Amino acid sequence: MPRDKAGQFFGSGHTNNWAVTCTSQFWFNYRHVANTLSVYRSVKRLGIPDSHIVLMLADDMACNHRNPKPATVFSHKNMELNVYGDDVEVDYRGYEVTVENFLRVLTGRLPPSTPRSKRLLSDDRSNILIYLTGHGGNGFLKFQDSEEISNVELADAFEQMWQKRRYNELLFIIDTCQGASMYERFYSPNLMALASSQVGEDSLSHQPDLAIGVHLMDRYTFYLLEFLEDIHPASTTNMNDLFKVCPKSQCVSTPGHRTDLFLRDPGSVLITDFFGSVRKVEITMETINLTSPVEQVEDK
Amino acid sequence: DEELVIRPLHSGDIYASFQFRTVWDTDFMGGKKVSHYRLFPKSLGQVISKFSVRELHISFTQGYWRTMQWGQPFLPSPPGAELWVWFQDTVTDVDGTWKELTNVLSGIFCASLNFIDSTNTVQPSASFKPLGIGNVTDHRFLRYATLPREIVCTENLTPWKKLLPCGSKAGLAVLMKSEKLFHSSFHSQAVHIRPVCQDWQCKSTSWELRQTLNVVFDLHSSGQGKREWSLFKMFSRTLTEACPLASSSKIYIDVTDNPQGEQFELSPATPLLSQAVVLGDRRTYSVYDLTQQATFGSMRSLNMLLRWKSSDGECDMMRPLLHGERYVAGYGLQTGEIHTLMYNHHPYRAFPVLLLDTVPWYLRLYIHTLTVTSKGKDNKPSYIHYQPSKDRVRPHLLEMLVQLPPNSVTEVTVQFERALLKWTEYTPDPNHGFYVGSSVVSALVPSVVAMDTNSTQERPLFSSFFPSKEESSYFVRIYTEPLLVNLPTPDFSMPYNVICLTCTVVAVGYGSLYNLLTRTFQVEEPSPGLAKRLANIIRKMRGVPPL
Repeated sequence: MPRDKAGQFFGSGHTNNWAVTCTSQFWFNYRHVANTLSVYRSVKRLGIPDSHIVLMLADDMACNHRNPKPATVFSHKNMELNVYGDDVEVDYRGYEVTVENFLRVLTGRLPPSTPRSKRLLSDDRSNILIYLTGHGGNGFLKFQDSEEISNVELADAFEQMWQKRRYNELLFIIDTCQGASMYERFYSPNLMALASSQVGEDSLSHQPDLAIGVHLMDRYTFYLLEFLEDIHPASTTNMNDLFKVCPKSQCVSTPGHRTDLFLRDPGSVLITDFFGSVRKVEITMETINLTSPVEQVEDK
Repeated sequence: DEELVIRPLHSGDIYASFQFRTVWDTDFMGGKKVSHYRLFPKSLGQVISKFSVRELHISFTQGYWRTMQWGQPFLPSPPGAELWVWFQDTVTDVDGTWKELTNVLSGIFCASLNFIDSTNTVQPSASFKPLGIGNVTDHRFLRYATLPREIVCTENLTPWKKLLPCGSKAGLAVLMKSEKLFHSSFHSQAVHIRPVCQDWQCKSTSWELRQTLNVVFDLHSSGQGKREWSLFKMFSRTLTEACPLASSSKIYIDVTDNPQGEQFELSPATPLLSQAVVLGDRRTYSVYDLTQQATFGSMRSLNMLLRWKSSDGECDMMRPLLHGERYVAGYGLQTGEIHTLMYNHHPYRAFPVLLLDTVPWYLRLYIHTLTVTSKGKDNKPSYIHYQPSKDRVRPHLLEMLVQLPPNSVTEVTVQFERALLKWTEYTPDPNHGFYVGSSVVSALVPSVVAMDTNSTQERPLFSSFFPSKEESSYFVRIYTEPLLVNLPTPDFSMPYNVICLTCTVVAVGYGSLYNLLTRTFQVEEPSPGLAKRLANIIRKMRGVPPL
C-alpha cells in the first residue's frame, strides 16, 4: 500500500526527458555541435539533469586537433561563452550517431545490454524536447554525411511513440536548411514543431571566428540561445514568444512552426514545460510507513 | 590515498601523474551480495559483482608517449581506449559477459566502448598476467581489446572524476580542469581494479581501485616557452586542502637531477625527502604532505614553483632500456608490410620480451613471411602463439617471446594483403583510414639498482603498481604507435550512378525498340496549293467530290 502511494506521487505532473542531436561530422561543421551544446546547456541550466538528457554528437569538436583551444566549444566570436563546460556527458558520440540508433532511442527498441544513460526512459507523462541540427534538404536530414532520415520515417517514429505512450507532449525543433519540410508529415497528436526555415529556403550561419577558423553558430539557434538566456525556472513566457524568435530581418530565412496537432493553446504552454524541469508538487499530510518495503528487499 | 608526482622532463616539458587509491575491505569471491558502499563508487562495485570480475583495467589516452624523449611512464597506456579484464573462474559464458560488460562501461564512461566486439577482442595466452593476487593461469578468463580511434574529452573526465570519493571538490582532484588537461601533448586517464592482500600474511583480500591520470604539458604550448612551471601554470588552480576522506595526500617532485639546487629552484622549500626505486632507477623526491596544515603556509594555498636557472646545460637522462616502434611499409592499396622494431639499449645484458600483436581481419597477414632479425641475423623466438583471423569474426593474434641481444635492434616484419570490405562495413569517413591497435611489448628489464620487495603499503603509489618478484629487474610494458592503414575504398556514389545509367539505357533502348515494333505508318497526301484549295471549297458548296 505505501508503495502504491509513492508511485502515484511521482506519476503526476510530468517528468522531463529530453533528446538532443547533432548529426554532422567534420571540423567545418563546428557550428552544428555548438548549436546542440548551447541548447543542452540552456536545458541543464533550467533544471533537467543529465540522466534525463540523451546527447548525441556526431563528431568531436572540443578535443579535435584543429581546435586551437582544446576542451572548449564557443558560441560567440569573442569566445565569451564556452558551451562545452566542465560537466558534460555525451551519450552517443562519433560513429554511434546513426539513423538507426536515433530511431531506436526514440522508440525504445534498444538491445537489452544498452546502459540506462543511453535510453530514453520516458513514460506517458513526459514532455520531450527534440532538437535536431545539421544539413538537410526537402524532406530529409543528413546524418554523418552518409545517410539520411526522411520526414516520413520521423513521423512514423513519433506515431510509434504515441502508440506506446512514450510521451505526453513533444516539442520538435529543427535547425537545418528547408527545415519546415521535416514536420510536414507529422500525424500524431500533441506534437508541436518549430523550424528555422521554410521549404525552398536555406538556414544560414551566423558569424565566423578568425582564430578558430569556422562559423560558430547558426543564426536561428543563436537567437534562440539569446532568448533562452533570459528564461529562468520561474518565468512565465509561453510558446507564442518562442515562435517570434528570429524574424526574417535577423535570420534571413523565415522560421516556421506547426501547432495544429497540439491539443492545448500554444499561448498557455510555458517554455519551462519543455526546456526546464518543473514538477508539480502535491503536499500530503499523511505519514507513510517505510519499514515494510525494506524488509521485502532483504528477504530476496 | 591520493598522490601527485611531478617529474620535469629533459625536453623542458613536465610530466604530472595523479594516482588515487581506494581500498575496500570486502569479499566478492564468496558470492555474497554487497549493498553498503562508502568510499568505493557504487557503479563500479555493482559492475564487479554482477559480472564476476577479478581484475579490470581500462584506460583512455590521447596522444602517444614518446619514450625516447620523455623516459618511461609510471603507467603505460596505448593511444585510444584499452580494456582488459580477468574474469573469475565461476563465469560460464565469458564472451557474453564480456559483451555486456563493455556496454555497461560505455554508459559509465561516456565512451563508445560498445564497439568492442569479437572482431577486436583477443584472448592473449601469455601477456597481461594478473596484477593482483592469485595464481591464475587459465587464460580462458582473460579478454583484451583496444579501440585506437577513441577520442578522450571532457565527457570522459567528468564521470571519472565522479568516481573519486571527494569528487572534484577537495584534494588533488581540484586541479583537474579540462581546459588545461586537454591542452597537452599527452593525456591518459585510467581505472584499475584488482584484489590485493590486506596485510603481510594475506589472510584476507580487499579490492583496490586505482584511478590514475597522466599528463605531459608541453613547454611551448602550455609553458609559453619559459622554463618555469608552477601548479597554477599547469592547472590554473592551487591547492587549499587535502581531501578530508584521504588517509594520505602527498605531492612528490622529482629532484634527482637537482641535488644541490643547481638546475632548478623549488619553492616553497620542504624538508621532507623520500627515495624510491622506480623503473630501475633510484630517484629522490621532495615531498609535500597535504594533510599537514603547515604545508599550506600563511596564504592557505599551495602553489609549487619550479624555476630553472639557466637555459643551457641539459644533462643526459638515463636512456630507457627498452623502446619500440612500428610502421607500415610498402606501396599501393593491395599489399604492405608491418615492421615492428624493438630496441635494447642495455650495454651488456640480453633479456626476453613478450610481443603481442593484434591485427584486424581486413589486413590478411601472411604468417609464412614472418621474420625476426637482430643485428642482421635471424633470431628465432622461443615461444610463438598465433591465432589466425576469421573474416568478420576474429582478429589475428600473434604472441612471441623474443630474446633481445644487448645493444641491438630487433626487427619483426610480416607481409599482409588488404581486404575489400562490404559497402555497409565502411565507416562514414573511410578515406581517413583504418586503425590497427598498438603492439604491446612486455618485459622484465634488468635493473642496476636493487629493490626491496616488502609490502606495498608504505611505498609511494607510483612505485607499487607493478608487483616485483626479482630484486634486480622491473616490469616494463611498452606500447608502439598505432597504425593508420588505407583500405581500398569504393566510390560510394556508384550505386546512384549505376541506377541512373541503367534506367536511362533501358528507357532509351526499350522505348526505341517498342516504338519501332508497334508504330504503324500511314501515307499522307501533301497539302494542295492555294488555287486547288479554293476550288475544293467551291466544289464542297456545290456538293461535288473534291479534286
